Amino acid sequence: MMSTLFYLDEVTHEEKRAWILGIAATASYAVYLVVVLGRAGGRPPAEVPYVATLLWTVGASIVASIVLSILAAVISKDGGKDQRDQEIGRFGEHIGHSVVIIGAVAALLLAMAEAPHFWIANAVYLAFTLSAILDSTARIFAYRRGFQPW
Amino acid sequence: MVKPTRVTNSLRDLRFAHGRLTQADLADRIGVTRQTVIAIEQGRYSPSLEMAFQIARVFGVPLEDVFQYPEETP
Repeated sequence: MMSTLFYLDEVTHEEKRAWILGIAATASYAVYLVVVLGRAGGRPPAEVPYVATLLWTVGASIVASIVLSILAAVISKDGGKDQRDQEIGRFGEHIGHSVVIIGAVAALLLAMAEAPHFWIANAVYLAFTLSAILDSTARIFAYRRGFQPW
Repeated sequence: MVKPTRVTNSLRDLRFAHGRLTQADLADRIGVTRQTVIAIEQGRYSPSLEMAFQIARVFGVPLEDVFQYPEETP
């Protein structure tokens, strides 16, 4: 507990947000997979109802991220965003963006191949999740290991 | 991104030479978080030229007294 509190004091608010966003994205996608695959039984995946679960897990992830970010800011009395935070933030977005493009291309190809909507929606959701995880990982790595923008 | 910088700095020595200025005090003076000052001091972050000048100005010394770059070996 003390080490957690110490850690909370030692990292910037933006690093905490990177942890929160990464964990929320991973956890919500894991829940989604468990629920949808659990429903599948012996059916082909494309016939499994997924829309409501997808919307709920995405919504829960967004709400959890916002609430936890506010809590982290209140508990550890964090300061604002400085130049290093902005540069690391841009770096993370740059890394995450590449996965979104891969997901969009995959969705485009699936649509052109007239694949079931299930696969198109899931390709996009997976891309968003991987993008969020990569973005967060890159930010945390930059905060922990060092970041030389020049 | 994680390529180690060859720039070194004397931040820690300068802070101690200037009445044990804390990392938090220096951070306040240049408008960044304390963690950014720590990252600069440990060589984990290269500040912008503008921030480097602001740091030098806090200590009232030329830029090269704060940041150093090794000579190229022939």
